[in-house]
Amino acid sequence: MSKPKVLVMAGYGINCEEETSYVFEKAGADTEIIHVNDLIDGRSSMKDFQIMAFPGGFSYGDDTGSGNAYANKVRNHLWEQVHDFVQQDKLVIGICNGCQIMANLGLVPGYEFGKREVALMHNKTARYECRWIDMKVTSEKCVWTKGIDVLRCPVSHGEGNFYAEPDVIAKLNEGDQVAFRYVKPDGSLAGGEFPHNPNGAVEDMAAICDPSGRIMAVMPHPERNWTFYNQDNWTLIKEKAEREGVALPEEGQGMKIFQNGVSYFG
Amino acid sequence: MAHRIEVGSLVPDTRAQVRLLNFRQQAFGEHIKSVFVVDVYTTNRDFSEEELEKIANSLTNPVTQAYAMNKSYEIADFDYAIEVGFQPGVTDNVGHTAREIVEDLLDTKFEGEEDVFTSQITYVKGDLTEDQAKELGASMANGLIQRILVKSKEKYDADGGMDVKVPKVDLHHEPQVKEVNLEISDEELQKIGKQGIENDDGTRRGPLALDMDYLRTIQEHFRGLGRNPTDVELESLAQTWSEHCKHTIFAATMDDIKEGIYKHYIKRATNEIRTAKGDKDFCVSVFEDNSGGVVFDEKWIVTDKAETHNSPSALDPFGGSITGIVGVNRDTIGFGKAAKPVINRYGFCLANPADERPLYKGANNTQKMLSPRRIMDGVIDGVNVGGNCSGIPTPQGFLYFDDRYKGKPLVFVGTVGLMPRDLNGTPSWEKCAKPGDKVVVAGGKVGQDGIHGATFSSEAMDSGSPSTAVQIGDPITQKKMSDAIVKEARDLGLYNSITDCGAGGISCSIAEMAKECGGCYVELDKVPLKYPGLDPWQTWISESQERMTMSIPPDKVDEFLNLMERRGVDAWVVGEFNDSGKCEVVSGGDKIMDLELSFLHDGLPHKTLTTTYTKETHDEPDMECPADLTDTLQTMMARLNLASFDFISHQYDHVVQGETIVGPLHGKGRVNGHASVMAPVLNSTKGVVVSQAINAKYSDIDTYHMAACAIDSAIRNIVSIGGPLDHLALMDNFCWCSSNEEERLGQLKEAARGCYDYSTAYGTPFISGKDSMFNDFKGYDEDGNPVKISVPPTLLISSLAVMEDYRKSVTLDVKFPGDLVYVVGETSDELGASEYFEQLGFIGNNIPKVDAEKNMKIYRAVEKAIQAGLLTSCESVLLGGLGVALARKAVAGQLGMDISLENLPVKGEVTRPDHLLFSESQGRLIMSINPAKKDEFEALFTDLPLAQIGTVREDEKFTLTDLEGQTVIDTDTSTLDKNYRLTFKGF
Repeated sequence: MSKPKVLVMAGYGINCEEETSYVFEKAGADTEIIHVNDLIDGRSSMKDFQIMAFPGGFSYGDDTGSGNAYANKVRNHLWEQVHDFVQQDKLVIGICNGCQIMANLGLVPGYEFGKREVALMHNKTARYECRWIDMKVTSEKCVWTKGIDVLRCPVSHGEGNFYAEPDVIAKLNEGDQVAFRYVKPDGSLAGGEFPHNPNGAVEDMAAICDPSGRIMAVMPHPERNWTFYNQDNWTLIKEKAEREGVALPEEGQGMKIFQNGVSYFG
Repeated sequence: MAHRIEVGSLVPDTRAQVRLLNFRQQAFGEHIKSVFVVDVYTTNRDFSEEELEKIANSLTNPVTQAYAMNKSYEIADFDYAIEVGFQPGVTDNVGHTAREIVEDLLDTKFEGEEDVFTSQITYVKGDLTEDQAKELGASMANGLIQRILVKSKEKYDADGGMDVKVPKVDLHHEPQVKEVNLEISDEELQKIGKQGIENDDGTRRGPLALDMDYLRTIQEHFRGLGRNPTDVELESLAQTWSEHCKHTIFAATMDDIKEGIYKHYIKRATNEIRTAKGDKDFCVSVFEDNSGGVVFDEKWIVTDKAETHNSPSALDPFGGSITGIVGVNRDTIGFGKAAKPVINRYGFCLANPADERPLYKGANNTQKMLSPRRIMDGVIDGVNVGGNCSGIPTPQGFLYFDDRYKGKPLVFVGTVGLMPRDLNGTPSWEKCAKPGDKVVVAGGKVGQDGIHGATFSSEAMDSGSPSTAVQIGDPITQKKMSDAIVKEARDLGLYNSITDCGAGGISCSIAEMAKECGGCYVELDKVPLKYPGLDPWQTWISESQERMTMSIPPDKVDEFLNLMERRGVDAWVVGEFNDSGKCEVVSGGDKIMDLELSFLHDGLPHKTLTTTYTKETHDEPDMECPADLTDTLQTMMARLNLASFDFISHQYDHVVQGETIVGPLHGKGRVNGHASVMAPVLNSTKGVVVSQAINAKYSDIDTYHMAACAIDSAIRNIVSIGGPLDHLALMDNFCWCSSNEEERLGQLKEAARGCYDYSTAYGTPFISGKDSMFNDFKGYDEDGNPVKISVPPTLLISSLAVMEDYRKSVTLDVKFPGDLVYVVGETSDELGASEYFEQLGFIGNNIPKVDAEKNMKIYRAVEKAIQAGLLTSCESVLLGGLGVALARKAVAGQLGMDISLENLPVKGEVTRPDHLLFSESQGRLIMSINPAKKDEFEALFTDLPLAQIGTVREDEKFTLTDLEGQTVIDTDTSTLDKNYRLTFKGF
């Protein structure tokens, strides 16, 4: 199987490019971290890649709305390249700030290329929230979530509160485009309840994808649970496994997402 | 003309809802019905209608927002409009981003003084008086850096909205260089030192913090040169010679210690430890650079540094603390050839946030200080924005409360860095500017913000403290610069040397780097300014943030500048390094500074200080032990210094960079841990363990033992989570007070002696440190009485260890019913200055003392037990003693425990259950184990004071019996949990 090439976007305060690149490499991809200005200058081109990742971070300090300024920059200079990329059988993932950038770019929900139809508003607590959550896969079509049921990983954002007009929400549901929803520890939907739903997102939405299922924008950080030893409760699980004589995983639950991305090209 | 774009929310706005809740906490809060928030962008650049519409669209999210251009955003119903914007010259980060958006959108550049300025209007509906509306404004803004405009609905309607205001700096000033006449009376000379150089209008420029010895040395030097100094030279000397930069007190001869306490106690300890370790020495670079560096593995080194930013945080808590955290990040970027920041730490020493009695800097209730609560909220928020925006995880920190932090809070910030050992074939920690290299400054432009920061913090705070010392950090500007340097320019070998611009600005950074090659020549007119009108001395010493100074070979300058431009980072060549032996500065064709480097750096007179130390005897509490200690324990759990501060842990990103192994919160019950484990090299299972310890109240009894306990605790915390003793480094941060008093210096000397004794006893070297010597406040209380508030002598010990295999980390939460609970280490009658005695209103005298030899054996045994995988949980016993530690373990595991004190290892005569429970004796850890491992575990502790004191229950019940088997505590983990989280509920 040939290794897909992953373009990991960087610059202007994006700050998760290294770990995002690391998990894709670990999943079997070749990756390149590229500053957005190097794409604008033509030093690199999106056409050389099969997967594009918008990592997490604080592009432009979240000023004027999280992801807005970076999305403007992409829109002003790289719009044709992005358009060509998403038209092909290629994958895009945006995590946290990357999710916010993609919402502002109108890559999701993707009914009309470039049209903003969802927003990530301030968390209901009006505060930055860094905490571990469980999210459940609720889309059949999303390429990135195959084989996952519930995934535990952290959220870390000030503006993760998914919002859209009711008709857009209805379309997302009908189109099987809600990739993840926040759930309680027992697996039932969080129902907006804090801290299981950490930001007040409508219908507990944690991630959505475009109608094709190839383009996913996810607020929580699967790349921050890449090793079993990242997970907040690993010392308890490890002790339990030892007493029960069960083998321990080495991999973190988040890895599956990136493996799905890579194996799409397998 | 100026244009104004107002952006409002079409959907319920969380920010407005939260603001409403905050407003409701005012005395008149119930009258407030609703709040609406509008963001305002104002620009003094002219745009066409069409351009303006494009701009407005780029600043608005159409899904949730709408805008109004050059007219007011329509608000359905309100009674008052309160607009908060920045004062001229104050960093406006959102404005900065908006400007970049516009420049990119219209492919244009703002020229000269053209800019974008932001403000925010809060529309309030409610039956309020205008004064009450003004109070709401004051609760949202800090007048020192922000402007507030309040309009009633009537006025608003009459005026057609708010006012269009462009807060541009207009200095109306022709820059000039002054000659300062030093041939004046001693009295006049002293005035220059205390209040600063006199302006033409008779006002003074602010403290130089130069005392008579220093001033006379300067006077004599210039007599020898046959001229007077320029103001640039004098200001430059004041920065370089400041206590803040030269650590003159730690360097001074102190009584019989000729070489000074830094060399005698701190540095000597490290030297001796390194020698004793021989080829096991893991130090790479200590005390020489902006951080200390130790070996991580054969490929990497880690660096560590902790700083304080106290004085600015008292005046503008948010600005002070954000500037502090992004500043200490630069100590990482400025280490060696630049390390990458990978872990942030914080620590806030604060007064009780419930204390509402006002303090004033000026007489007659003038210059009101911010309340402890405002200071607390502000400093927490500053590290939040600074750390989160920079993408650096913050897994470790603490809150420490004492009423004496009311005048000046202490804001500790620390950063761990990561760097390859080898860069292009040379050791990464070595750097050297070469003659002929260009002086290049990268980052932000220079304004009046941050003038006299170094000298200001070298004095007590009083009514003369300058507001220009306050700055606001811009983490994104720094992040862009940091990435461009650490992730690109460094590895391309584009510079020979690098250091950060901190205290004293470029006057310190360039002159410091000039030492490496032997001289520098600076063309000050090439330093970019935020606005015209700055005097050269201001440009030279301004501490405007987010700047690094580099020495770049001439043939690499273009490549460097080109790289910076492509990364959106501003950089300027401002001079050249040489070997002239001088620091020369020119401006407007004149030489305005011409000083020998030897005088600038080493010309300051050596000081001799004498000390005294009188130990006081304090009253001992005289009450009986309560028959039931349940309520006592619950009260202890809610104490400011023992309560959960998970509200901070949850707002500081501690998982970015994907390296977190054990974060700030342990167990299902999310209890604040005392140490964290991080894995900054993603493909290695080696970990970096970080911890901190502070116990300033012990200084009320004895500073030697205070220091000993801080070191013991900082080491024990590392051991408790699985870190090794043999690869463990320390840092000292002294925050003292009134360091011109012999008694305070006597306390200092003893604390430093403690640092020597215990770091050498444990073989744990100091690798970096910092001191801040005048944490005093002089002002007035609410009745107009003069007051001086000095912080208790405070020493923060930060510890860092490199752990072979992070998969062996142990958290503090108990995990399984039936597990056995053990204590190792002896409990003595050591309740002096304990949390328990303070709860009772006493200090007492029996301060905990450290027996390092004994403790070392215990720590080695615990280390072995963890390496062998025998521990299910482990916790270091700290403030609040065994009682609080046990309760924390139960809360963290959400399981109950049955505990008996009967077998508890005790030293001396201690029988009272309250004393046994709340003594703060050092060297103790609580562990829980799988009963199946009992024998193997106990075998490791032969001849050590180990005892099984209880078992973990299946339910939530938490019981404790005394030496006679009587039940003295009978409660459950939920109640303990509730009290643990009570104090900062709603924060």
